[in-house]
Amino acid sequence: MKIKVIVTLKNGVLDPQGKAIQQTLNGMNFSNIKEVRQGKFFEINVNEKDQIKAKSQVEEICKKLLANLVIEDYKIL
Amino acid sequence: MKSSVIIFPGSNCDRDMDVALKKFGFKNQMVWHNDKEIPKSDLIVLPGGFSYGDYLRCGSIAAKSKIIKSVINFAKSGGLVLGICNGFQILTETGLLPGILQQNKYLNFICKNVFVKINNNENKYFKNIKKNILELHIAHNEGNYFCSDDELKLIEDNDQIAVTYCNKDGLENNDINPNGAIKNIAGIFNKQKNILGMMPHPERMIDKYLSGEDGSIFFENLFGNLK
Repeated sequence: MKIKVIVTLKNGVLDPQGKAIQQTLNGMNFSNIKEVRQGKFFEINVNEKDQIKAKSQVEEICKKLLANLVIEDYKIL
Repeated sequence: MKSSVIIFPGSNCDRDMDVALKKFGFKNQMVWHNDKEIPKSDLIVLPGGFSYGDYLRCGSIAAKSKIIKSVINFAKSGGLVLGICNGFQILTETGLLPGILQQNKYLNFICKNVFVKINNNENKYFKNIKKNILELHIAHNEGNYFCSDDELKLIEDNDQIAVTYCNKDGLENNDINPNGAIKNIAGIFNKQKNILGMMPHPERMIDKYLSGEDGSIFFENLFGNLK
């Protein structure tokens, strides 16, 4: 079963890469782009048929490794 | 005095650290990341570099490596653990030190000499040190120290700020802050002050002809405090 996860910076945490992308877009005449926040996307193939079990395992993985909860939030899709 | 330097795949300051520790009297041993046990040590050093290619987040993979459980046990039993640069990032990722090192504010890799002020002398690292402001080298892309406001209050209340970026006279302000770190933080302790993580590299400043000697002052003093 494939489980998808998005890890993003928490609101308010400085995202210099997102800021650089936004400024580049503005320079490319996409002048209505007010903010860009960059994150990470994971596709995890779990050898497990039970979706609830697989998701709870991925949740543990997010907390223990994929996201640093000091600055990041995770979302299991 | 025995010290151990942990080598992760991608560490690149491990040998400089080995040279520095030996120069100032430590019997140093190198320990591979896949080992489980650390030989008897008075000090463990996590060196700088790009452990595991800095994949995922700097230090995050090293923080789950085989050797790290022994480092955590050693630290929790009061042993001295020093993390420099990537070593500091690893210490925050293990949770031994609070906060995290984010990407530098202006997205540039910074490689230059800086001055740092020692904020707390009541510990094995800086007790009796003969200079309060040290000129050290930094080389990092992720040195922008960050933590929540609540965490920062705890850090300040417990005197955990170890070193801060300043100018040669000790003045700290935004212009001197190289990477955007909150409160100009260059290094912090854990609450008990046996764990120190810092971005500057004292091991690069141990030769008066090549670099400078403020790193020598740090290692000499540390060795003296442990004797």
